[in-house]
Amino acid sequence: MMQTVAETSQSPESSTKQSEDRRWRLVNRTMRLNGNQPDALIETLHAVQESFGYIDLDAMEYVAHELKVPLSRVYAVATFYHYFTLKPPGEHTCVVCLGTACYIGGSAAILESIHEHLGIGSGETTADGKVSLLTARCLGSCGLAPAAVFDGEVSGKLNPQVVVEKIGRWTNHDSDA
Amino acid sequence: MTLTLEELQHIARIERDRQEGFQHRIKICVAAGCLSCQSGTLKEAMQKEVSRRGMENWVDVKGVGCLGLCTAGPLLFVEPEGILYQGVKFSDVGPIIEALGTGPVGALQCSTDVPFFTKQHKVVLENCGRIDPERIEDYIAEEGYEALYNALRNMTPKEVIEEVTKGGLRGRGGAGYPTGLKWTTVSKAINDTKYVICNADEGDPGAFMDRSVLESDPHRVLEGMAIAAYAVGANQGFVYVRAEYPLAVKRLRTAIAQAERLGVLGNGIFNTRFRFDVRVRLGAGAFVCGEETALIASIEGRLGKPRPRPPYPAEYGLWGYPTLINNVETFANVPPIIRKGGGWFAGIGTEKSKGTKVFALAGRVSHTGLIEVPMGTILREIVFDIGGGIPDGGKFKAVQTGGPSGGCIPEQYLDMPVDYESLAKVGSIMGSGGMIIMDQSSCMVDVAKFFMEFCMSESCGKCVPCRVGTTQIYNLLCKITSGAAHPSDLDKIEELCDLVKNTALCGLGQTAPNPVMSTLQYFRDEYAAHIEDKYCPANTCKMQLAKEVV
Repeated sequence: MMQTVAETSQSPESSTKQSEDRRWRLVNRTMRLNGNQPDALIETLHAVQESFGYIDLDAMEYVAHELKVPLSRVYAVATFYHYFTLKPPGEHTCVVCLGTACYIGGSAAILESIHEHLGIGSGETTADGKVSLLTARCLGSCGLAPAAVFDGEVSGKLNPQVVVEKIGRWTNHDSDA
Repeated sequence: MTLTLEELQHIARIERDRQEGFQHRIKICVAAGCLSCQSGTLKEAMQKEVSRRGMENWVDVKGVGCLGLCTAGPLLFVEPEGILYQGVKFSDVGPIIEALGTGPVGALQCSTDVPFFTKQHKVVLENCGRIDPERIEDYIAEEGYEALYNALRNMTPKEVIEEVTKGGLRGRGGAGYPTGLKWTTVSKAINDTKYVICNADEGDPGAFMDRSVLESDPHRVLEGMAIAAYAVGANQGFVYVRAEYPLAVKRLRTAIAQAERLGVLGNGIFNTRFRFDVRVRLGAGAFVCGEETALIASIEGRLGKPRPRPPYPAEYGLWGYPTLINNVETFANVPPIIRKGGGWFAGIGTEKSKGTKVFALAGRVSHTGLIEVPMGTILREIVFDIGGGIPDGGKFKAVQTGGPSGGCIPEQYLDMPVDYESLAKVGSIMGSGGMIIMDQSSCMVDVAKFFMEFCMSESCGKCVPCRVGTTQIYNLLCKITSGAAHPSDLDKIEELCDLVKNTALCGLGQTAPNPVMSTLQYFRDEYAAHIEDKYCPANTCKMQLAKEVV
C-alpha cells in the first residue's frame, strides 16, 4: 500500500473537477451537511463507498483535504473499520454470513465450496473481475441460517450446492454472452 | 409548530377510526427475516390484488414489523379474525383474499395458541407486528408519545428518574447496570451541554433484537431517548447504528423526519422549553465499537478504540461532555414505564432482574425467531416450549448466550431461571440477548475456537493482553482441533484466559476468554478427546492422522 501512496500522491486533487462528477456530489453533500467538520470522516467515507463501491487513495486525499484531517488518519479509519474496502468489488458480490447461527448451520462448508469452485477466498475477487466473495460477522438473519447476500439480496437456509449454483449462474451467464 | 395533547389524541383517534373503518386488515411482516423471503413483493402483490378486486375501501394491506416466528416466513396476520399465515407464496394471495370473512385457509394457518406465542410477555415488542413502522400515526394510535407528553408536562426530570429507578430497569446491552443510577449520574453532572446516545451497534453474532426493534417500532426508541434527554438535561441525541442494517437505518431516518415534522422532536416540544434533536451515525463494522468509549470515539470520527474508565462517559463522554449511553432495548422500555408506572414494571420479572427480555433464538432449535419473556423464565421453557426443542430428533447439548462475551450453558442447568445473576453464576452473561442452541453435531472446542477467532480479529489492538492473548489462545485451540496438541496446552490456555480476563483494557478483552473457559468447565472431556485420542466426538474437526502427530 505504501508504494501506491508514493506513486499516486503527486496527482493533485481539485474540488471543482470532482464536483462535476455526479458521484462526488453525494460525497460533497455529506461533508457539507456535517459542516465539513473532522468528525464527519466516517460518514463521508460511507458516502464515498456508496458512490464508488470502494475507497481509493484519490478519494482519501480529497476527503482529507476537505475535512482538514491528516491523510494518515483517513487511511487509518478506512482500514480499521471492516465495512470499508479499498479494493474495487467484482461485478457480482456474494457475502457469506459467518455469524454464530450460520456457523452452526454450516457456513464454513459453504465458503469452502465457493473456494473450490472459484478459487477465491474471503475478500478476494475472481481474476476476471466477475465475482467478489466477502464474509459478514452477522447479517442478523439468524432465523434463516445459514444465510448469504447475493448482489444485495439476502437468501436463507442455504447449502453449498445452492450457493455454488447461484454463483454459477453469474459466471455461466457471462461466458454465454 | 408545537403539538398539544389534544392534537396528539386527535391524531390517534383519526388513525384508530381509519383502521376500524376497514373490515379486514392484512398485516404482512416486512422485517428483515421475512423480507429476505420476498415479503416485500408479496405485500405489493397483495395490495394490487385487493385493488384489482375493488376491495381497497374495506381491506387494508400494510407492512408491519417482526411477527416473531422468523423461521416460518413470510408471515401474514389477518385482523380482526386473528389468523396467522405462514410460508405465504404468491399463489396464496388470491385464496387468502377470498377466504376473508369466511374462515382461514387451513393449509397455511399457523396456530397462535402454541407455547411460542402464549408463553411470551410483550413489553418492548408490544407494537412489533402490529403497527406500520413507517407511519408515525400508527405509533400514536397505540398511545405513542403520550409518555413523553406526561414526562414533559406533568413530571420533573427528577420524578422521571425516580420512576425508572422504581421500575428497576437495568441496561439491556448486557452488563445490566441499573438504568436509573446511570441517569442520576448524568443528570447530576454540571454542564450546559450533555448528550444522549443510543447504542444500536449490535455486533454480537447471533443477536438481532435491536435490529428488529428499530425496524419494527423506531418511534418507541426515539420517545425513550427524548424522555431520557429530558431527565438528564440533554438536548442532542445520537443513534449509533450498524451500517450492516440498512433497513433499520432507513426506517430510523424516516421516523426522525416524521417526528420532527410533527414537533415531538425539535424545539419547544409540547409547548415546553425542552428541545431535543436526534441524529443517526453509522457504524462501520467494528465489534469493539459496542464498547461505550470506543463508540464515542467512532461518533467523533476517529478510530473505534476504547480508553480506560474512569472517567466514565457520564462525566466525560462525547467531545468531553457528560453523555448518557443506553442500548436500544433499554430505551424501548422507557415509554411503557412512564406510561404505566415503575411499580407496574417492577411487578414483572425476578427480585433483582425486572421486566422482560427479548431473545433472538437461533441455531438448532425448531422455532427460530424473536421472543420476549419475563426475566426469570426457566431456560428449559425457552428452549423446549417456546423454541419447540431440537429439530430432526437431535439431542440438546448446550445453549450459548451473550455472544463472544458469553458462555455455553450445558444441559444440567436447563432448569435455571434466566436473569442477570443466574447466568453470571454459571459462567455466562445475559449479553444483548442472542441465544444459540447447539445439538450433538456441534463440537464445543470448535465453537470456542470460532468465538476466539472472532475476538482475535475484532480486537482493536490497543492493549497487549487482548491483541496478543487472543491470538495465542486461538493458536492453541487450532492445535487442539487439528489433533496436534499436548495435554499441557490446556494449562497454557487456562493461564492465558485468566491473564486476558484480568488485564485487558475493555469489555471485549475481559470477556473474550468466557466461551473458552465455560466450555473447558463443562465439556472438558471433549477437549481431552481431541488431545489424547485425536478424536472429535462431534465429527466436526478434521484431525490429522495420529501417526503424523509428533
